[in-house]
Amino acid sequence: MTTVLAVDDSRTMREIIALTLRGAGIDTHLAKDGQHGLELLEDLAPDAIITDINMPRLDGYDFVAAVRDRCQSRTVPILVLTTESSDDLKARARSAGATGWIVKPFDPAKLVRAVQMVTG
Amino acid sequence: MRASDDPMAELRATFNGECEDLIEAAQSGLLAMQEGSADAETLNEVFRAVHSIKGGAGAFALEEVVAFAHQFETVLDSVRRGALRPDPDIVLLLLRACDGLSDLVTAARDGPANDPGATAPVLTELQDLAVDDQDEDDPGAGFQVTKLSLNVDAPEAAQPDLDPSSYQIDFTPDDVLYALGNEPLFLFRALAELGALEVSPDIAALPEIENFVPGKSYVGWTLHLSTAASEAEIAEPFEFVDGLCRLGIAPVTAPTDGPPDPAASREPAPPNASDPDRQRAIGLTEGAAGGASANGPGTLSPPPPATLPATVRVGLDRIDNLGNLVGEMIIQHAMLAQSIADTGSTRGSGVSKNLEKLSGLLRESQDCVMTIRAQPLKSLFQRMSRIVREASAAAEKPVRFSTEGEDTEIDKAVIAGLADPLMHMLRNAVDHGLESPEVRAAAGKPAEGSVRLSATHRSGRVLIEVTDDGGGIDRAKMFDTAVARGLVSANADLSEAEIDSLLFLPGFSTAGEVSNLSGRGVGMDVVRSAIRSLGGRIAIRSEHGRGTTFSVSLPLTLAVLDGMIIEVAGERLVLPVHAIIETLTLSNDAVDLCPGGKSLTTVRGQILSVLDLGAELGYRAPVETASGAQALVIALDGAAPIALLADAIHDQRQVVIKGLQGGFGRVPGVAAATILGDGQVALILDPIEIAARAADRTAAQFSSTG
Repeated sequence: MTTVLAVDDSRTMREIIALTLRGAGIDTHLAKDGQHGLELLEDLAPDAIITDINMPRLDGYDFVAAVRDRCQSRTVPILVLTTESSDDLKARARSAGATGWIVKPFDPAKLVRAVQMVTG
Repeated sequence: MRASDDPMAELRATFNGECEDLIEAAQSGLLAMQEGSADAETLNEVFRAVHSIKGGAGAFALEEVVAFAHQFETVLDSVRRGALRPDPDIVLLLLRACDGLSDLVTAARDGPANDPGATAPVLTELQDLAVDDQDEDDPGAGFQVTKLSLNVDAPEAAQPDLDPSSYQIDFTPDDVLYALGNEPLFLFRALAELGALEVSPDIAALPEIENFVPGKSYVGWTLHLSTAASEAEIAEPFEFVDGLCRLGIAPVTAPTDGPPDPAASREPAPPNASDPDRQRAIGLTEGAAGGASANGPGTLSPPPPATLPATVRVGLDRIDNLGNLVGEMIIQHAMLAQSIADTGSTRGSGVSKNLEKLSGLLRESQDCVMTIRAQPLKSLFQRMSRIVREASAAAEKPVRFSTEGEDTEIDKAVIAGLADPLMHMLRNAVDHGLESPEVRAAAGKPAEGSVRLSATHRSGRVLIEVTDDGGGIDRAKMFDTAVARGLVSANADLSEAEIDSLLFLPGFSTAGEVSNLSGRGVGMDVVRSAIRSLGGRIAIRSEHGRGTTFSVSLPLTLAVLDGMIIEVAGERLVLPVHAIIETLTLSNDAVDLCPGGKSLTTVRGQILSVLDLGAELGYRAPVETASGAQALVIALDGAAPIALLADAIHDQRQVVIKGLQGGFGRVPGVAAATILGDGQVALILDPIEIAARAADRTAAQFSSTG
């Protein structure tokens, strides 16, 4: 089963993601900010990571960079959740190490497709 | 586990709950900014809160909330970037915006409010600020509302029978494509879903094994896809690798087998490596999978230590249930103790010792449940800042509102019941308590009035005070009004405290005209009865020219009570210990029974009214002699204490409060009931109400006879 780690400081968003992905048969684990995400990362070894940008303690960009910095998650696909689709933002996400992006609010089918896309 | 019938409704409930927390967080941050105790992270927190509300509202297609949150966020972003200075006016606007956002969220949850356009002026002001600051692009201009639907449809299968065309796709990844976690195989799989796919690799660039550098891209592919899908659909899987590879998608005109149409071929721009801000994380121009660790940990700021306490959200009904069970156990324990005592077991016996231990554990359990139910007053106090703000604007009196002791914890039910009376007291403080700026200036006071809301623990109760630095109570005017309304006789000789307590009489209002704010048909009498229904007391202190303080004393919980078990006419009754000042045994001639049923006694030189509880509650005719009776002296708000007569005082203990529900009407003087150790039900009395009723009756008697 595909395992996904989803990181978002919004409880609502976490539940939406979990409901969407679990509905598609994806094993979904939730973290409430980047720091929490890093704590879970070690044991989880997810097939993909979804992360919000604006978060307390450790924001999305720094979280992605930290994930990329770890040996075992150097090439894990990371999708960034953004509220805007500007090229500038995509470029920022990419330069932090993100694989792709999902624009919030998202169409659940699109989220599932994006996850399936990057995890095969 | 509870089965979720409607996941959408549950999500909505989560969103509503989260919004409350977020608005509280935003408000708290903005208040800190107003006080000047904010740091950079405070503003970020406010921004994140508003941003999260916007994000969630977008998923539920709450367009009004999204539009408002968006403008709010834009202004917050200007402040964050330093383009807008957060002077007091701006912070006040942000606080009002926070109120507005709160209203919109509430309206989205409960249906439209009475005044749906109320947030429009704030929105306009926010927009004006955003227009003033146009040197940067609107950061969220691209935000779209998309209603969340949980019906996740599988991607539509391609229909190859519909006029399939052939495409040639040339795909050569750059090194960075791999570094960012992309996998060409997955791309090919996605393409294969669109139709018949043929993949041929180009391995010409592949070096000998000793020259092989991991993370470097050596292989390109040529793909042939036969599909009915459009070119845009074919390009879709490549969305995330756009700019990270050389990609050409060209239709192949099958019958002629000629060269691909060059116009349809796309050569994407080279990788975008020009963002200076975020260069540190992963090198875009070198293979990260191989040796890119040079760009690693040195530049990553150390994460702050984890300080968030682990919490779990549970429904209040579960805690109530736990509380009830502990209450039942306490009752059961008392009954067990009684049975054991009946068997003649001695104090030092093993059974008694173990029972003692059990009793201690039960008390601890009770305290535990209480602490779970207890909540800091903070969120209530923060809501009150809005009330004062609005009152200040409506009355055109500048007010400096301060709070103290907002971390004081009290039962959730008490907090819920406290909101309305507190709101009213604060409105009163601004409206009636504070003078107009002109009058203040003439009195040599600062134009800005001060209203303070404070909470402290005091002897097992919580004391909440609302203090203003206004003109204080005009007692002469108060007295005249009371006389004019027929509440007291013109020649009555009242002490200052008695005059002040006239304020609590039903239908009393000294305001020359009913103002827009306080004049909502709710007087201080309603405030007092609301406080009393919480087991609280309210008192007033006022100094002419210096201000007024309302003190509300509340129990920590509504679940248990320190009760005095007394006996009257063979019935056991419970009096709340906090209401009792002292108890004494009366001697033969201590009580003077006056005609008309009024009795008096003297306690240390103070003359007190005496009420026979047995007669008062209708258990028996008034006693002829009070000899040997027990007198319980009861404190009254703003009036002289009275003495209640009982036949015996048994003991003092914690009792579990059981509401009298359903079949019972409201019995004056009876607050609730409890179950005693022998399983008998005992009524918990409200001595203050009993005294008030007796006083009313006496007053009626006097006015009818006099």
